[in-house]
Amino acid sequence: MGAAAGSPAQQYNYEVIKKFAIMTLVWGVVGMAAGVYIAAELAWPHLNFGIPYIEFGRLRPVHTNLVIFGFGGSALFATSYYVVQRTCQTRLFSDGLASFTFWGWQAAMVLAPISYMLGHTKSREYAEMEWPLVLLVEVTWVAYLLVFVGTIMKRKQPHIYVSNWFYLAFILAVALLWTFNNLTIPVSLFHMKSYSLFSGVQDAMLQWWYGHNAVGFFLTAAFLGMMYYFVPKQAGRPIYSYRLSIVHFWALSFLYMWAGGHHLHWTALPDWTSTLAATFSIMLLLPSWGGMINGIMTLSGAWDKLRTDPVMRFLIVALSFYGMATFEGPMMALKNVNALSHYTNWTIGHVHSGTLGWVSMITFGSFYHLIPKLWNRKLYSVKLVTVHFWLATIGVLLYIIAMWISGITQGLMWRAFDAYGNLQYSFVESVAAIHPFMVMRWVGGVFFLTGTLLMVYNCYMTVRAGAPETEPAGGNLQPAGANA
Amino acid sequence: MMQWLEWFTRWENTKPVGLVIFFVTFVGILWYVYLGASKGRLESYKNMPFLDDDTVYKEDKQ
Repeated sequence: MGAAAGSPAQQYNYEVIKKFAIMTLVWGVVGMAAGVYIAAELAWPHLNFGIPYIEFGRLRPVHTNLVIFGFGGSALFATSYYVVQRTCQTRLFSDGLASFTFWGWQAAMVLAPISYMLGHTKSREYAEMEWPLVLLVEVTWVAYLLVFVGTIMKRKQPHIYVSNWFYLAFILAVALLWTFNNLTIPVSLFHMKSYSLFSGVQDAMLQWWYGHNAVGFFLTAAFLGMMYYFVPKQAGRPIYSYRLSIVHFWALSFLYMWAGGHHLHWTALPDWTSTLAATFSIMLLLPSWGGMINGIMTLSGAWDKLRTDPVMRFLIVALSFYGMATFEGPMMALKNVNALSHYTNWTIGHVHSGTLGWVSMITFGSFYHLIPKLWNRKLYSVKLVTVHFWLATIGVLLYIIAMWISGITQGLMWRAFDAYGNLQYSFVESVAAIHPFMVMRWVGGVFFLTGTLLMVYNCYMTVRAGAPETEPAGGNLQPAGANA
Repeated sequence: MMQWLEWFTRWENTKPVGLVIFFVTFVGILWYVYLGASKGRLESYKNMPFLDDDTVYKEDKQ
């Protein structure tokens, strides 16, 4: 456990980070492939083949869980363990416990999709896991909290760098969310099925308090922690304003907790709760854009890096998508906009501009910095990073444009009346109208997945074939000029 | 004895109290960060990611 002097690989626990990094890529490919397949099912329903295990309703939580928790979660474990060690300048609190978090998390990521395909689900979005899996994740998460807090407590730096604040808020908030949204009573000790402790609108409110804060803390705060370390590192210059990052942290953490009700506009939820949630959603624009500006302005005076460094391009475009999604979100939280957008593909598009544009891109950028450092290798090919960047960017754009058009089409058709006050369109007419955009969305997904496969190849070649960083790159390998 | 606690159970009391507490806290954070004595010290922490560099490349400081 004692930190030995020497190279970072000896001083710090890189082993667990490497394992999480590899699984990030594995779950990224599997989860995104599942997404591409269910997108194809929506465009060409015969792809269900009448097989219950692979029909849309069962594969969809496989996709969401594997990309959010498998890909995103593993990326957060990897980067948080890296950042907390590097900025506290100390080894992880316990190698054994850290290893336990790896195996616990991966076991959940293997078992959960199998259980969904077999039909076991709580039917709560992003919390589909039934109670045995919930307990597995809960125990793993407590171990994660212990490792992270333990490491911070034995830090050699007096100050706790802002990234760690974001990571810690994420770990604490997710512990709370996971616990309360999973308060269920199993049918029996040997039965997978369980029922919620709450009912009716309280149950719905609890679910969306969870659901929105899963977005706010899992997919936003934690990845902001990633951003506050890897953007400065890749840019070779410190964050634009450290003081802004402090205000950003407290404002974001406080405001997100109140916004969940905007998922339940125009339902049995009391009107004042809806209004409260919409108000806090609008206020969230301020810390969100404060953080985005803080990240982008880090490049102030070195904008040329965007031309020369594709890794930097990933990071900055991620921040741009973050800014766009956090503008769109508050707008959609307004009751009148929501009356049009809710239950349509617009919501799906909004989620994916956040998850593909922000979460995935900031992860790609950070990993192109992280992987060579972990294995002490030069990145195999910078050119492939550029190709990946364009595939990913075109993929996101195709996806969200298809969802905007089809979503607004759905919203308008569903509420159109004829001269007699009857609904003008049947539901199936709205389905037929959006079919071309279902195909377009699938094409966008294929672009994005192809880019991810290129990244996996690039990382594999870096680890297997790349030259050690301390030696000059030899043979036919391309030098990684931008990887400083 | 517990009567003063009941005062907090009424929405018309807790809502403004909550508003005052949260607003004062926010203003306090802003004051501490931008006007407090430690603002220079806070800003210096931005260099922490670079204290532990093992890279063979020189960081590009322009």
